[in-house]
Amino acid sequence: MAQGLVGKKVGMTQVFDQYGNLVAVTILEVGPNRVVQVKRRDGKEGYSAVKVGYGEIAEKKLNRPELGVFHHAKVAPARVLREFRMKDAELEGIEVGGELTVEMFRPGQKLDVCATTKGRGFQGVMKRHGFKGAKEKGHGTHEYKRHSGSIGQSAWPSRVIPGKRMAGQMGNDRVTQRGLQVVAVYPEQNLLLVKGAVPGAKNGIVTVNRSLGRK
Amino acid sequence: MSGLSVIQKIEELQLRTDVPAFRPGDTLRVHVRIQEGEKERVQVFEGVCIYRHNDGIRSTFTVRKISYSVGVERIFPLHSPRLLMIEVKERGRVRRSRLFYLRDRVGKSARIRALRDVRHDG
Repeated sequence: MAQGLVGKKVGMTQVFDQYGNLVAVTILEVGPNRVVQVKRRDGKEGYSAVKVGYGEIAEKKLNRPELGVFHHAKVAPARVLREFRMKDAELEGIEVGGELTVEMFRPGQKLDVCATTKGRGFQGVMKRHGFKGAKEKGHGTHEYKRHSGSIGQSAWPSRVIPGKRMAGQMGNDRVTQRGLQVVAVYPEQNLLLVKGAVPGAKNGIVTVNRSLGRK
Repeated sequence: MSGLSVIQKIEELQLRTDVPAFRPGDTLRVHVRIQEGEKERVQVFEGVCIYRHNDGIRSTFTVRKISYSVGVERIFPLHSPRLLMIEVKERGRVRRSRLFYLRDRVGKSARIRALRDVRHDG
């Protein structure tokens, strides 16, 4: 049994659960993932993992070292490559050239979904950190309405403490949403329905992992 | 398959096929499954349909009734598996799709005339 799969986000909708409640779900198309490499603890890599590929890509778009990976494994070139750490025993039955599919997941199971959030560019503190802005927005206040206020004290420490929340790039981060519940699995279409929202835009690449539990 | 059609397919899987044709103004008897601990029973909510929201799996309809002289409205998801049955008791003759004006009326003026010749309206 593998740990996880790579795929893409299809979009969101709602479905009825077994109790008749409407549940918001994200549809993910995950797999089939082709196994490109199997790493073994007793092999030259020294740890257990599988490297899998997802999606199609033309050979001419890859450079020689990238192509070599696929030629070596004798599998079709994949757009995305991901590696999943495994327990030694889980490597049983997994071979280079084989496929991993959504069938490894069961409804009710908890998953961690990892993806790149939508990029929002350089944003001020109000949007980025939810600051309130200036407390007095009338009476002649100008050029200060969306500012953050003081960023530190004078005599001591006389510097800005590291990690101070300020304006800057927002979004386009790799984010893991933990503990999402599997609502349904459609093996024929490689679809996975997960309760709640998943980071990123539609058609964005997502990595799905068995959940490590809540932080 | 494009993303949109994938979503449509998943939604269509859930749609009910046993929903009768009804419109705002019709008097409905909605049979609702109610879970009480271990037991399940069916409750009937009877009233006038005052609004329909058509949006695939998210479709809903609102039923209004007067219960012990208090107006009660319930919004049902049209495709909910908790609805055992929707019975159309009477078709009403109304001239708009949202009958919210009924909220301001009681008694005689809150009546809706029955549609006598039941034409087939989808």
